Amino acid sequence: MRISCPLCGDRDRREFYYQGAALTRPAPDAGPQAWDDYVHLRDNPAGDTTDLWHHEAGCGAWLVIHRNTVTHAIHSVELAGATS
Amino acid sequence: MGFSGFRVIAEGLMGQRGWKPMWRDPSPKSEYDIVIIGGGGHGLSTAYYLAKEHGLKNIAVLEKGYLGGGNVGRNTTIVRANYFLPGNSEFYSHSLKLWEGLSQDLNYNVMLSQRGQITLFHSDGQRDAGVRRGNMIAGQGNKAELWDRERVRRELPYLDYDNTRFPIYGALFCPESGTARHDAVAWGYARGADQRGVDLIQNCEVTGIDIQDGKVTGVQTSRGAIRAKKVGIVVAGRSGQVAAMAGMRLPIESHILQAFVTEGLKPVIDHVVSFGMGHFYISQSDKGGLVFGGDLDFHSSYAARGNLPMQEHVMEAAMTLMPMIGKAKLLRSWGGIMDMTPDGSPIIDKTDTEGLFIDCGWCYGGFKAVPGSGFSFAHLIATGNHHAPAARFRLDRFRTGRGIMDEEGTGSQHNLH
Repeated sequence: MRISCPLCGDRDRREFYYQGAALTRPAPDAGPQAWDDYVHLRDNPAGDTTDLWHHEAGCGAWLVIHRNTVTHAIHSVELAGATS
Repeated sequence: MGFSGFRVIAEGLMGQRGWKPMWRDPSPKSEYDIVIIGGGGHGLSTAYYLAKEHGLKNIAVLEKGYLGGGNVGRNTTIVRANYFLPGNSEFYSHSLKLWEGLSQDLNYNVMLSQRGQITLFHSDGQRDAGVRRGNMIAGQGNKAELWDRERVRRELPYLDYDNTRFPIYGALFCPESGTARHDAVAWGYARGADQRGVDLIQNCEVTGIDIQDGKVTGVQTSRGAIRAKKVGIVVAGRSGQVAAMAGMRLPIESHILQAFVTEGLKPVIDHVVSFGMGHFYISQSDKGGLVFGGDLDFHSSYAARGNLPMQEHVMEAAMTLMPMIGKAKLLRSWGGIMDMTPDGSPIIDKTDTEGLFIDCGWCYGGFKAVPGSGFSFAHLIATGNHHAPAARFRLDRFRTGRGIMDEEGTGSQHNLH
């Protein structure tokens, strides 16, 4: 599996650290249910998903990757800073 | 139809013409008392124990594919009870007790081979951790021995003892651990459940869960609607999709775990051997293939096949620990889809919907849990009370923070187990 970093180009999957689903962080006072949703509960789709990766052994950028969990196809890679 | 030595010999003399199918192939009825979603190891054992231990009759197991076609047929067949934390420790100990009597109980040879597991350590710190774990195992009532380097060398002369980075200091030996024949476990439970009147319905995919006024009333399937008083979800690998039909989100992320097998070889590895410094463990199947595995690929996936980087990592670990393995030819590799929970421990619990129960989150340890999971889940469904050995496998432990079972001590968060 290769990931195309917007800054570095096509790179081996091993350069990247997988963080998990790209979710919106709740406000500090959003309450326990919102935080349980954010920290623990997952849609965990079999199909298209959006998650956060870190180009750990490369440029160090945080990336938002839109990909498919069944085919491993990668649809898009964006800098996390550009999407938030 | 029972199995016996006499029967096997008699059928051999008569051209094997007397064997009959081991279970019926019924069409679904319109209503059952209990519907179990998922005809894998855990679902079949749940149905078996519901019928056997609780005397319940009107039960169906719904399987979207064929019986035992999921992770129960895609694992590395290790059976062990070497857990550390309260909650896991008593559960896997109970499951191991069931394993030990399983072939007799089912009248079906599950080929349990308690050949012992040797978990190596490679530093003083790892030895201390091994001693502590061994004491916890012994405290639970299971067996554990501490082996020094020379004792390990007598048993496993083929390891690289003086590896520069990972010299072998010794091992924790668990003599009750071993392997079993994975398909036989599923088939044995299926046959036992069928004999007790459970309808095993294959090619029957659940497409919806019917809920009225907070109470489950049945399921929609590819073979029509089925009413049910109680429904159990036992579909590790697809838990998120089925739970979503009941409006639930689970603390689960699906990951791939790969396994590998070599060509058949003469007997060479007598135990289950676990490397302490890389994620690698190995045993030899009765056919002679070396069966081994490693760590997760570490990104969420349903692909049921692995990526090359983890394959390379596993092969490197294998070559580091036992250089002789380089002469074996790798025959196949495959991936199983793991229900990963934040703390790496499973869930057997009620849900917020009355009559709806869930058994999931088996991470990479579901095979050895097949008897214990079915026993405890059947107890919960039949009585409404948690079975003592599985009483800590609560769904709400992540929300409340009470009762987290983080066996690896890495933190209770997705992506760390």
